[in-house]
Formats: sequence, C-alpha cells, structure tokens
Amino acid sequence: MDSNVVLSQVDFNVVGTRPVRPDGVDKVTGRAQYGADVKLTGLLQGAVLRSSHAHARIKSIDTSAAEALPGVKAVITGKDLPFSSLSRNELGDGYDDLKFKSDNILATDKVLYKGHAVAAVAALDLNTAYEAVALIKVDYEELPPVMTLDDAMKANAALLHDDLFTDELGEKSKVASNVAGHFRFEMGDVEKGFAEADVVVEREFDTASVHQGYIEPHSCTALWNMDGRLHIWDCTQGSFGVRDSVGEVLRTPVSEIKVIPTEIGGGFGGKIPIYLEPIAATLSKKSGLPVKVTMSRAEVFESSGPAPGSWMKVKMGATKDGRITACQGSFAMEGGAYPGSSVPMAANCAFACYDYSNGQVDGYDVVVNKPKTAPYRAPGAPQAAFAVESVVDEICGKLQMDPVEFRLLNASKEGTRRVEGPIFARVGNVETLEAAMAHDHYKTGLDKGPKDGKYRGRGVASGFWFNIGFQSSCTITVNSDGQVSLIEGSVDIGGTRAAIAMQAAEVLGIPYEDVKPTVVDTDSIGFTAATGGSRTAFASGWAAIEAAEDVKRQMMVRAAGIWDTPVEDVEYVDGGVSHRSDPQLRMSFKELAGQFISAMSQGGSIIGRASVDPRGSGNAFATHIVDVEVDPETGKVDILRYTAVQDAGKAIHPSYVEGQMQGGAVQGIGWALNEEYFFNDQGTMMNSSLLDYRMPTTLDLPMIDTVIVEVANPGHRFGARGVGEVPIVPPMAAVANAIHDAIGVRMHSLPMSPGKILEARWKNGG
Amino acid sequence: MPAVFIPTMLQPLSGGVKQVEIEARNVRQIVDELERLYPGMKDRLVEDGRLRPNVSVAVDGEVARMGLLEKVADAGEVHFIPAIGGG
Repeated sequence: MDSNVVLSQVDFNVVGTRPVRPDGVDKVTGRAQYGADVKLTGLLQGAVLRSSHAHARIKSIDTSAAEALPGVKAVITGKDLPFSSLSRNELGDGYDDLKFKSDNILATDKVLYKGHAVAAVAALDLNTAYEAVALIKVDYEELPPVMTLDDAMKANAALLHDDLFTDELGEKSKVASNVAGHFRFEMGDVEKGFAEADVVVEREFDTASVHQGYIEPHSCTALWNMDGRLHIWDCTQGSFGVRDSVGEVLRTPVSEIKVIPTEIGGGFGGKIPIYLEPIAATLSKKSGLPVKVTMSRAEVFESSGPAPGSWMKVKMGATKDGRITACQGSFAMEGGAYPGSSVPMAANCAFACYDYSNGQVDGYDVVVNKPKTAPYRAPGAPQAAFAVESVVDEICGKLQMDPVEFRLLNASKEGTRRVEGPIFARVGNVETLEAAMAHDHYKTGLDKGPKDGKYRGRGVASGFWFNIGFQSSCTITVNSDGQVSLIEGSVDIGGTRAAIAMQAAEVLGIPYEDVKPTVVDTDSIGFTAATGGSRTAFASGWAAIEAAEDVKRQMMVRAAGIWDTPVEDVEYVDGGVSHRSDPQLRMSFKELAGQFISAMSQGGSIIGRASVDPRGSGNAFATHIVDVEVDPETGKVDILRYTAVQDAGKAIHPSYVEGQMQGGAVQGIGWALNEEYFFNDQGTMMNSSLLDYRMPTTLDLPMIDTVIVEVANPGHRFGARGVGEVPIVPPMAAVANAIHDAIGVRMHSLPMSPGKILEARWKNGG
Repeated sequence: MPAVFIPTMLQPLSGGVKQVEIEARNVRQIVDELERLYPGMKDRLVEDGRLRPNVSVAVDGEVARMGLLEKVADAGEVHFIPAIGGG
C-alpha cells in the first residue's frame, strides 16, 4: 500500500525538506501560551449573558441586581458600545454595516439566534461573574424563528431585519427580504448547451450547518489602560484583522490598539471574526482592570460562526462521448443572523474543475436565525463540490465512463475560462487526476461484498480552491553569530513558522536552524492579513524571501566596504559574499555577520525588511479516492481506505502539506457522515457539546494516504501554492459517490448519517 | 485595449452588451468610461469612491488588490466579480 508520496520535479537546499518546527518543544511540553493561559495582575474574569431565544425583540434589560452583587466590577450591554449612540445620519451608508457588526457583539434591539450576546459582566472570579449574569433580567418579545433557507426565502417569511433589502450588484430590492444578496454569472448559452447534451442530470442538495471544530475555545484578555491604549491578548487567526475590527466597532483609532496573538489551537476560518474582544475591552474600560473572557464549548457552538447550511440545485449535460456541454447551478447559503455567507466562493468554485463553454450560476445570500456564519476552510466550496461532483458521478454512471477518465477528459487547465470570467493560469488539475489514476489505491480492485452483510464501494471526487495572496510583512535581523531573527505577523496554525523560515534560509543560503522565527504583535511588524485563505506560506513566505533579498543587498554593501571595492564587484553566492574577480576575497554569511559586533559596527545592524501584497498565488486542485463499507441494516458507513491527491506547487515542508491534506480530508469525512447543528423547533441547538456533535476520531478512520503533486506555481519563487483549504473540498462528494457504489443509493443531503441512509434506502425500495 | 467584461447583473444597463474594449490605464478609468457608455453603471460598482465591499475586480485572472487604482495592460482582461475570502 502506498502511504505519503511526493511527486517532485525540482529540489532545493532547504525548501522541500522536513525540519523540526521551531515551536515544537513549547507545544509538546505544554509551555506554549494559548488564549486562556494569559495572566495579568488584577485580572478580572468575564462572563456573557446570551439569548435563550432564537428570535426576539429586546424590550428591556435590568442589570441593577448584577451590578449590586459584591465582587462585580463592571456590567455592560449593547448600549455601552458606540453604535448605540450613533444615528443613521451620522453613519450614512455605513450604518447597516456597523449595526450588524456591533449587534453581533452585543445585541441592542433584537436577538437573532439562541446564544446571541446580550450583556456581560466582569468580576473578581468566574463564579461571581456567572452569578451576576444570572441576575440580569431581560424582557423579550418572542418572534417566530426562521431556521431554514426554504422558510427564509418565502415571500411571507418573518423578517430578521426590517431594513434589509436584496442587493443585486448595487441595486436594492423595493421590498425588505431575508435574501441579502443575489448574483448571477453566465458564460455561453446554457440552453443551447443542454440541447446538445445526450445526458442531462439535474438534482437538488442540502447541507446542514457545521462547525470548524477547533479544540481551543475562543479566549480574549483586554486591558484598556488609563493612557487610552487598548491591549488585547487573543487567540486569533489574524491579529491585524482583530485590531481593525475592534477599532471599527469601538470607534477607536487602530494606533491605540495593540493586539498580541497567543498560540492558537485551531481556527480553520472560525477565528478570523471578532466576538469577545470588544466585550473584554469595554469591560476593562469600565472597570479599569484587565478582563479575560473565555467561551465554553457550548458558547463556541452557539455563539461563534459555523459554516453555512446550504440548498443547491445543479444541472449538467454531457455528450455520449463524455464531453460536458453545459453546467447550471443555483446555490443558496445561510449568512446566519447577518448577511455575508460564503456563497460567492461556492459559486466561483462549483464548476471550476471543468472546461466547458456554457454555464449559468446563481448565488443567494440568506439570513436565518442562526449564529452569523464564518469562513470554514475553502468557505463555500465543499458544499458546492458535494452537489457538482455527485452529479458528475451520476453522469459517469449513465455514460458508463470511468469517473477519473471523465474528469480528465473535461479537466480545466491553463487557458480554461471560468464561468465568472477569469482564465486559469498554469494549474495542476490534469496532473492531479493523472496521479490519482496511477495510484495503487485506484488501480487495486475492491471486493464489493456483501461480507458479513455489509457492502463496499469506491468513490472519487475533485475539488478546487482559489488560494489568495494579500498583505504580509517580515523583517530579518542579522545577528553577530551568523544566525538571523525573523519577525513575522502571521499567526502560526499549521507550521508556518517553519515554512516561512525555510524560504528565508533558502534565499540566504544558510541552514534552516539558523533562522529563528517569532510571531509578534501588531505594534512590532507591518500589516499582515490573517492566516487563512491558504495564503500564509505563500504570502508571508514571499515577504520572507524579499526581506532575505534585502539582507543580501546590505551584506554585499558591507563586504564592499570591508574590501574597499565597488559593490558592483561583490556577489552573493552559496550563502556568502565573494569578489567577482578576486577568488581570495570570500566570506561566509557567518564570517561577514561576525564583522558586525558592536565595537566594529559599520553602519549598525543589518535588518532586511519587506511588506508585500503578491499576485500569482496560484490555484489548488485535489482529487480524493475513498473506499467505504456500508451496513444496510443500520446505515452506518465506515471508511476503509482514503487517498488524497493534491497539487501543492512546490511543497515547502512536505510533512506539513501532508498534515493539511490529511486534516482537511478528516474534517470533510466528518462533514460527510456525522457533523451537523441539530436545532429544535424553537431554534435551540440540541447537540452543543463534543459528545453530541460527533467529529471523527482516530478510532473512526484509517491512515489518510497522500500524494503531493508538484506542478510549480509560476507566480512564486519556489513554485509554492496554497495547500490548506482544497483538501476539504472533495471528501463529501467522494464519500457520497462511494456509498452509491456500495448500495446503489444517491445521497443528496448532508450529513449522510445512518438515519438518512436508511431513509434513502427505503425510499429507493431497498 | 483592455477587454472589459460586463457582469451579468449589469447587462440590462448595457443593453445586453457583454464585453467592451476600453482605452484605460487603470480600473478607475474603466469604471468612468463604463459610466459614460452606460449611465448608472458606476453606482452599481462604486461606493464612496471605492469598489463596493462585495465587489472585486480581477485583472488578467487575478483579484486586483489595488481596487480602482489597479493598472491594466493594453491586452488585459477585466472582470468584476463578487468579493472572496478564505478560511
């Protein structure tokens, strides 16, 4: 059996190796400081009162009893946030945007989901804070909860927001609606395309809300000092994003806010938005003391941002020789309580694995009485792929074509135009499919059974994610011992300290171990966007490359000074400086750095720096193969074998790329089979614990085999592409296709839990 | 001249025209020319002097980080697409 394979085309000295991560010792010894580990002198503990209703108008809030409780130092409500004292006249077009952002922190006029924050307390200890929260009286006028896309989109639906109108690229509807936005892409003539097809398949799909499932709950500590400076210690994916969002909600200049990122126990997109930060800050301002607020697991489920539930209709046509003639899709996704679902990404990614001429895609962003949704690893793309790749599999069945061959025949490639318009540059979709087809897993036959009454099946699915660049900053300081300190703003979630340091080491020609990376606060580095979007190894790596080049330039100037020769005579080669015409003049990096001890300083420290906003992030494709075993009596599905194949460009640190691929596949399997927010009729989540919200464990899964395909990204110095998101895109469809292969039942709803599989079997006459 | 693709939702303003070539050095000039050709289009794309928060512009296949200030090449392609983000 294959395990982890790297199909590499080019080797470097450091890039592509597998060194130990710089933060490894702290993490395995428990010394790493996570959000809840922050301790400050005089620290108060905060607790949040959350709505017990999914949809209600707040008539009044009485905090007097809580304020009178001994040990309580501050109590706040939505009225303590700046928005409550600002008018639509003052805010203009930005009124609704700030209202949505501020109200999601602390509600003012309405609560829009069970768990919506209403008030908060800071007290000397956590028990007192909880006791005080219980003393706060809120008088609600209950309203009917709108819990499904179907209900929300009905013409007579109860409205979450009286002044929300459907935006169609800048044009607002005349009537208020729960549909916050609608867009459409078109390419070619979709009706003509379907007319040319020999086979047309049209199906509807739905998926449940799911959570990112990060193990570390949200935790934030804030100190709003008497000098006006606000310090925030936070487990976040993006310290600068927190700074800017807190500044916006609290109407405070960003220069007055310093965000210190702690280590982070997972995020997957869910730790990009802010939740507790303005609450802790406002409690600190009111009490004059530092305040820590940490969510419970139930609060994480009910009050942070899950991935949206969705409804999708997909129609595809193909000729009898397997050419796709037309693709059409409607995608509706939940924004949760406020607008902003991931439906744009779903629409863009849905058909991106294919080269076709006629397409039409509609997207709908819909508000419902659930927590405001947040990004989750390739946001929107997994749901869309579940629908599209299931339909592709059904077409393959009707045409009796091998599913990988069909995908290869129709694969998008360099020059393919996507339905939203842009054309692909060099991408590795074809090479990924070829690697899947050549893999031992795909070439080995599967005994379909029945064995012990269980049936086995194999499924394949592909997925696409854009990858993004965005801003990153980095400085590199040369120390006199020849090692360098690398300062970066990217929070390290998946081993990016190592991946960024490796790129600097490669450019400088020095050992990886000589680069000492540190993630710093927002006062200590230039703007750096969040660790997300599969961007960090690419964009912060790019910043490290540029900073290293800056170091090299300065090193050559110093060498020229020492050798009393024009800088043009000096070159940087093989980790040191050389005179171009005098072979006797050569200094290694260490030797030259040793010249900079303070007594002999020639111009101060060498500090390379870069702030970049790179284009050319390259796109990511993946194809997954899965074998399942289905028990037709119980509907239980077991994963027997799983192989993830992905184009990583050049894998900077293959172990961490493999980790991303395996982690994404596992999360996708959980999304496929088990995970869902289960709401009762009143809009209360009934499974807000990790016992009842069933994520896969190691006992549920086999080893996830990986194949890294390296199709170099021409936009990056070493050919790297983002890798963190696309591995969660194919699993749900791959598992669904495998279930069909096993028991002949098409699943159109996630999760494919035992109950749903039995219902589908019974409906199918099984 | 850069090829500018009119978003489907704005094609009623262009009378069904899907693509135009516009002499321009940056996206701002393209938007201004679109407004001259098809009155009302600028308001659909721009708010307070910037691209609307839910709108991105892709130049030559890449989401343009400079927004209206993004330069465009003579043989370039310009698409207005929904803003995207990652996790």
